[in-house]
Amino acid sequence: MTAQVDGDAKVEAPPVSRYTFAARINHWITAVSLVLLALSGLALFHPSLFFFTYLFGGGQLTRIIHPWIGVVLAVSFLGLFLRFFALNFWKREDTIWMKNLGQVINNKEEGLPELGKYNAGQKLVFWGQSILILVLLLSGVVLWDTYFADYTQIDQKRLAAVAHAFCAIAAILIWIVHVYAAIWVKGTLRAMTRGSVTGGWAWKHHRKWFRQEVGKP
Amino acid sequence: MSVLQALDLRRRSASTVAPPPAGKAPAVEVAKLIDVSKCIGCKACQTACLEWNQLDQPIGQTDGIYDNPRDLTPTSWTVMKFTEIEKDDNLEWLIRKDGCMHCDDPGCLKACPAPGAIVQYTNGIVDFVSENCIGCGYCVKGCPFNIPRISKVDAKAYKCTLCSDRVVVGQAPACAKACPTQAIYFGTKADMIVHAEGRITDLKSRGYKNAGLYDPKGVNGTHVMYVLHHADQPHLYAGLPDNPRISPLVGMWKGILKPLSLAAIAFAGVFGLMHYVTKGPNRVTEHDEEKAVELAGRDRP
Repeated sequence: MTAQVDGDAKVEAPPVSRYTFAARINHWITAVSLVLLALSGLALFHPSLFFFTYLFGGGQLTRIIHPWIGVVLAVSFLGLFLRFFALNFWKREDTIWMKNLGQVINNKEEGLPELGKYNAGQKLVFWGQSILILVLLLSGVVLWDTYFADYTQIDQKRLAAVAHAFCAIAAILIWIVHVYAAIWVKGTLRAMTRGSVTGGWAWKHHRKWFRQEVGKP
Repeated sequence: MSVLQALDLRRRSASTVAPPPAGKAPAVEVAKLIDVSKCIGCKACQTACLEWNQLDQPIGQTDGIYDNPRDLTPTSWTVMKFTEIEKDDNLEWLIRKDGCMHCDDPGCLKACPAPGAIVQYTNGIVDFVSENCIGCGYCVKGCPFNIPRISKVDAKAYKCTLCSDRVVVGQAPACAKACPTQAIYFGTKADMIVHAEGRITDLKSRGYKNAGLYDPKGVNGTHVMYVLHHADQPHLYAGLPDNPRISPLVGMWKGILKPLSLAAIAFAGVFGLMHYVTKGPNRVTEHDEEKAVELAGRDRP
């Protein structure tokens, strides 16, 4: 076995740029709004979590602030969507990758096809959140009584409430997968903090993308 | 409007409630009985409601019909709804006093996310506690009767209290007190059912063969009941629901979805932790770094 490095060891191939400054800011605005939305939303979803409203200055303020954070997230996520959607179209290697998910989970992805900038898991996270955030935005507007109470019927409001809660939970679950993947796969987080990854990380996880970046197909 | 200390709670929104102290005599369930067949549409009840509750309903517009205001508002907790039914050269003028039905199984309370913003006393009255209300409008979605109204002024929900502040001191609700034809009765629910039976017998003897009591079972009965001349068609009375019940969507939202969601989130967290503990992190090795150099060299653009 060769020695292991965490992405900042002495033996390290030169870094590869992965995210621009603007993309990182865009990502972190989305990340912060999503966490705030999850906390304020869960507070109004489950009585056991109502104490989260204290973080936002009480129940009334939580109810007032939540939809506005939602607007920030919607705009911010649209930015991410436009930046990344072209890189997230499904490829044949993604199907192979998904079929061998067991190997990936067991840290044995060596035999799998070379991947572009994103693997199948990342693509599913991307499309999952894209669809869920769209539904959350639409149902959220229906529930935003302060401005939109008069535009929908009661049954539409009820459906929106169920859809909003269901999609929010699904989005939170995808978020957990997303965050855990960044914790589990070492060397990943620096892509969103410093904007680059080590050459070794790029070679190991996204070799096709690495080849493109360094001009060595 | 407020939690009355003299009334024990049976339910409290988004909370669990301790039962009343042991040894206390069980509360008597109360009910208001509105005899639609005796109502003359004078609106004394509306006025009494505004007066007793010190409500200020802004002057609105008239649309050429008797309903005034047109619908319930945050400051009009009861409104007479007038319906004209023409059948076989016969005109019937049905006048129903609309307002909170004080469901025994209150959808508003079940939908409310704010602890203690909606309570149900042991006597059956469902009351909104404004200081705990966050103005989310979930009660509106929970209600099978379209009753709660959100104020544009303070963004809180309002509705009939059944004059809980009068009931607690042994008084009838203001509307019942003011009604000149005694179309509104108030007492124990058992007494009101007995009284209604007498009225229904009388109505049937005068040709209203479908006269009956409106105490819908879908919400486990209500603490405001109607005597209707056409109890087989409640919808004739300005859209009174034939079979009101808490919407299954609300039931799902406030029922199974809550524990399932928290369980799923907890499972995801535990699964991640267990995976990390058993499989360990996925690390880039020196071998990977060397391969990267091998492929692309050290001096890259």
